[in-house]
Amino acid sequence: MTQTKSTPGGRGTLYKGREGMWSWVGHRITGVGIFFFLLVHVLDTSLVRVSPEAYNAVIGAYKHPIMIFGEIGLVGAIVFHAFNGLRIILVDFWKQGTRYHKHMLYAVLILWFVTMAAFSARHLMIFFGGE
Amino acid sequence: MSTATVEQEPASKVDLAESGDGAGAVESFDVTLKVRRYDPERAVDAWWDEWTLTMYGTDRVLDALHKVKWDIDGSLTFRRSCAHGICGSDAMRINGRNRLACKTLLKDLDTSKPITVEAIKGLPVEKDLIVDMEPFFQSYREIMPFLVNNSPAPTAERLQSPEDRERFDDTTKCILCAACTSSCPVFWTDGQYFGPAAIVNAHRFIFDSRDDAGDMRLEVLNDKEGVWRCRTTFNCSDACPRGIEVTKAIQEVKTAILTRSL
Repeated sequence: MTQTKSTPGGRGTLYKGREGMWSWVGHRITGVGIFFFLLVHVLDTSLVRVSPEAYNAVIGAYKHPIMIFGEIGLVGAIVFHAFNGLRIILVDFWKQGTRYHKHMLYAVLILWFVTMAAFSARHLMIFFGGE
Repeated sequence: MSTATVEQEPASKVDLAESGDGAGAVESFDVTLKVRRYDPERAVDAWWDEWTLTMYGTDRVLDALHKVKWDIDGSLTFRRSCAHGICGSDAMRINGRNRLACKTLLKDLDTSKPITVEAIKGLPVEKDLIVDMEPFFQSYREIMPFLVNNSPAPTAERLQSPEDRERFDDTTKCILCAACTSSCPVFWTDGQYFGPAAIVNAHRFIFDSRDDAGDMRLEVLNDKEGVWRCRTTFNCSDACPRGIEVTKAIQEVKTAILTRSL
């Protein structure tokens, strides 16, 4: 029963939220990510008004193999944001929504996984030359 | 001079342990308590203090804090009043989650690791585990937490059907400990947000059939810092020591505002 040690406090610990908090964090991150994609997308598309050559040069850069994974990430973010968005609507408007929010989150994650497995398979097949 | 005779007591009907002073029957164990301290008179920054204590299976986190304060370091500062989960004074962050120290048994926590105790988030820390609750109570006052009834007072009580009473039963349980409000990520970053506790207490009167000021309260909560700030993270429902379905109450107020304006 003796004092053992004192250490600097820093910023304290991270709040240990459960499914509800982490789904909100995921929704925020994917939302901000999609916003920045749309910003870049509007800018690169508007380049066609500047000059078709500039547009072609920028769009050509997207053919880089690394963009394949970028596109999978983008679709992953959109699919999660879409399904979780439906879950949030149900939490707010369905009377029993708040009692089943965890179940609905698991459903969102299962749907996300199924959609992404199908999309990624097709996407990679096209990239590696298959049909 | 007569000799005193010792009368033999009748045999006890209760079986007592061979050796036992009461406390011996309760299992004891060592726990490490790690408390985030802050004292502006001692240091600018916060720091962690750790103590290893011998505690019993019947002890709560509050008992461990008492042991430190009473036997080791009297400068440790925290609020507690009733110590039995009614007054709502000792809400704190135990192992990263908002809990009442007087309702959290040590044996229910993982005692193989230090038990971390911090002040609740989002309110200014004054010393150690004590925060300034004024912003919290300011929001509470703004939703008018009292019965407003414009009809003449009856000679007896204002009667209400059991169904009407049931409508807001859940939100009558609030003890204003601030565990919900200070678990809300929106409240951490936006101190202007009314927060779950104020909305719960508004719910208690909005859905009370005897109350006449529901519309005024809905108007207050229709503000941009009102119910629409809620992002349904469910931290509040998880943190409530009274088991109030806080997010559900907020959702019902949101729906009431929408249906009223339609």
